Amino acid sequence: MNALRRFGAFWWEFIVGDDWRIAVGVVIALAACAAVAATGAPAWWIVPLAVAALLFASLRRAARQG
Amino acid sequence: MSAVFLVASAFLASAVEMVEALTIVLAVGVTRDWRSSLTGVGVATVALAAIVAALGPALTVIPIDSLRLVVGALLLVFGLQWLRKAILRASGYKALHDEEQAFAHEVAEARAAGDETRAGLDWYAFTVSFKGVLLEGLEVAFIVLTFGSTQGSIPLAAVGAAAAIVLVTIAGIVAHRPLARVPENTMKFAVGAMLTTFGIFWATEGAGAHWPGGDASLPAVLAFVVLLSFGLVTTLRRRRRLAIA
Repeated sequence: MNALRRFGAFWWEFIVGDDWRIAVGVVIALAACAAVAATGAPAWWIVPLAVAALLFASLRRAARQG
Repeated sequence: MSAVFLVASAFLASAVEMVEALTIVLAVGVTRDWRSSLTGVGVATVALAAIVAALGPALTVIPIDSLRLVVGALLLVFGLQWLRKAILRASGYKALHDEEQAFAHEVAEARAAGDETRAGLDWYAFTVSFKGVLLEGLEVAFIVLTFGSTQGSIPLAAVGAAAAIVLVTIAGIVAHRPLARVPENTMKFAVGAMLTTFGIFWATEGAGAHWPGGDASLPAVLAFVVLLSFGLVTTLRRRRRLAIA
């Protein structure tokens, strides 16, 4: 169990890193993009906009923590 | 154009990771035992090659849209992590990576470690070199596999990575010391921007949206990510100056 936990922790740290909110935000943005695309409306702008917002919020948090 | 981005990204990412691996291997080799250290490098290289050889063909059988969505999302999360760190370093909120300092730290640890011989090898030198190359190399393998599979050309991405590995190895043999002059943080910034760009592009396509102009919009996405990053660096630097003043 310990080895399994360490394995999971390694991959979590490897992919997600310091701020898990970015990963959650990316998943939400992609779901929104897929939902809008399914209606036939242009959806290409959603992910870039989300990336800008997520990066800004994450960096602001990091800067506040010093 | 995509092929150029593909090779350049794999090359830069591999070069950055290999510079870090080289620092570890050099420190352990100089302080402990070269044979054990290089054996660790060899075993880690074989393990990495096995990972790429096993996962590469498996990825090519997944439908391209699903692959682009999943891999694009992974790449985006992974790339944003790199970019976030690079922006924090560039704006002074995080210390710059210093290979001379990392080398001194590894040397001190190698000197303090106890002597243990297994299979005729200095076990400390073997395991530290093995872990260093495997962990740094895993990031390279991840980038080669994700970039290569979504672009339909793992060999092309592998060429970029292999070129960087050869170049860094030759530079390490010639210099025989850590490659402190490599602009590592700038390269990490560039790799973070490229990973994020490809992540945005492929994940959006995988989610079912279409880019205006198709593949031709990739440079525009890159320009957006670069401008955004520079804007954030400027904002954070100003904020830091105000906080210090």
